[in-house]
Amino acid sequence: MAKITYVEHNGTKHVVDVKPGLSVMEGAVKNNIPGIDADCGGACACATCHVYVDEAWRDKTGERSTMEVSMLDFAEGVKPNSRLACQIKVSDALDGLIVQMPESQH
Amino acid sequence: MSDGSIDLKAEARAKAYAMPLEDINLADTEMWRTDTAWPYFERLRSEDPVHLHPAHHHPDGAFWSITRYTDIMAVDTNHEVFSSEPSITIFDPKEDFKLPMFIAMDPPKHDVQRKIVSPIVSPANLHLMEPLIRSRIQSTLDSLPIGEPFDWVDKVSIELTTQMLATLFDFPWEDRRKLTRWSDIATAGPESGLFVTDDHETERRMELFACVDYFTRLWNERVNAPPKGDLISMLAHGEATRNMDRMEYLGNLLLLIVGGNDTTRNTMTGSILAMNENPDQLRKLQANPDLIPSMVSETIRWQTPLSNMRRTATRDFELGGKLIKKGDKVLIWYASGNRDETAIENPNAYIIDRERPRNHLSFGFGIHRCVGNRLAELQLKILWEEILPRFPEIRIVEGPHRVASVLIRGYSSMQVVIPVRT
Repeated sequence: MAKITYVEHNGTKHVVDVKPGLSVMEGAVKNNIPGIDADCGGACACATCHVYVDEAWRDKTGERSTMEVSMLDFAEGVKPNSRLACQIKVSDALDGLIVQMPESQH
Repeated sequence: MSDGSIDLKAEARAKAYAMPLEDINLADTEMWRTDTAWPYFERLRSEDPVHLHPAHHHPDGAFWSITRYTDIMAVDTNHEVFSSEPSITIFDPKEDFKLPMFIAMDPPKHDVQRKIVSPIVSPANLHLMEPLIRSRIQSTLDSLPIGEPFDWVDKVSIELTTQMLATLFDFPWEDRRKLTRWSDIATAGPESGLFVTDDHETERRMELFACVDYFTRLWNERVNAPPKGDLISMLAHGEATRNMDRMEYLGNLLLLIVGGNDTTRNTMTGSILAMNENPDQLRKLQANPDLIPSMVSETIRWQTPLSNMRRTATRDFELGGKLIKKGDKVLIWYASGNRDETAIENPNAYIIDRERPRNHLSFGFGIHRCVGNRLAELQLKILWEEILPRFPEIRIVEGPHRVASVLIRGYSSMQVVIPVRT
């Protein structure tokens, strides 16, 4: 299990254990954490699971794929540490990961 | 409802399973006017989910029908193989009347043009517009007659979406119904009853030229003034749009008019129809108004206001064991994917508190996903927030009458009575 901290835009923290193999998006959805819509269900096709990855974790979460870059291109409030949570796969190496949610998924 | 729709549906089901697969024609507008496509979709999903229709099924020739949720998603997200050019509808562009618009463009041009207009539906802008949307919905609902029949389509759905569109364009208020007319004309087929002569194509072009002439006057005003937050000003000052020619301006206008009007309009009407057919769901909503956002998503799925989008293959591609050839026309049927029992539990039922109501295909997925989706949801949400405290019941007394269109799942009229006001 990897401990992941999801921080809502208003600062509310949710710390949950997520099974390796799931995506960071699925970890949020399965634990009913607000702030992630995941309209496409994890197909990298809607940009409604947009998160900001904590600076300390950016290397470990990897690079955006080409499709992810395209989808984030149309999202709101994109920053250098923006990712789609459905494209980050949870592993033991991500134990302790911190992600923040934007004001709204758009 | 006692309009014979039950018989019609039973008949369609028997027919759908009796005829040879190759005779099923989803481009038959009558099937859409009578709302009887569902059993045909069901059969195609199970027997031939990647289906080739022969050339004689449509004036513009052969086309593929993709009917399963996952296949639709695969096509929609693969914009390199499945191009949005030259058209996103079953009709090919007319050589002498080409209307470029960013929904029917591929990257990079699509991306830069879309980004010119998308700030109008940014979260910040929606927040600013919310009080205006609410006050208009309140006064429209407050003006409705009690105890006598009226057309919900005209008095509510068209009125509210047209007002919204006029605001987005900063369009002269007293002329706003011109927007409705142009929206209808742009997508109308010969069966629509909107044309006076048999030469409907010439009539359509005349009206659309009048549309672009009208909007050119607005463009000229805005381009000579400092940039402001309406769509015309955005287009006139935008790097990627300020040099558009007349037809590209018209094309993008029609995209914004139809996209911002027809879809939300028909979902507003659909929400009333859905509640009439499912009174238990209305009671559930009345008991728990917190379900409104979820109900809005479920209604958008249930209605699927655009039944399909068309793509064109840029190379040979195998999908579901079939070989789609370079240049082939491919229709992805959102209406069918939204009823796919392998992707959505109990998909034919209207359930306002279903588990994942947002996982529907109605907005499309991938880079062409509906740019106005949050605005559409906002309008529907406010509409129901204002209906619930006013009207315990909005009863359909005649209709609805549906438009005969392969693309637009919509309503031309629906008579309702509001028995009492709370």
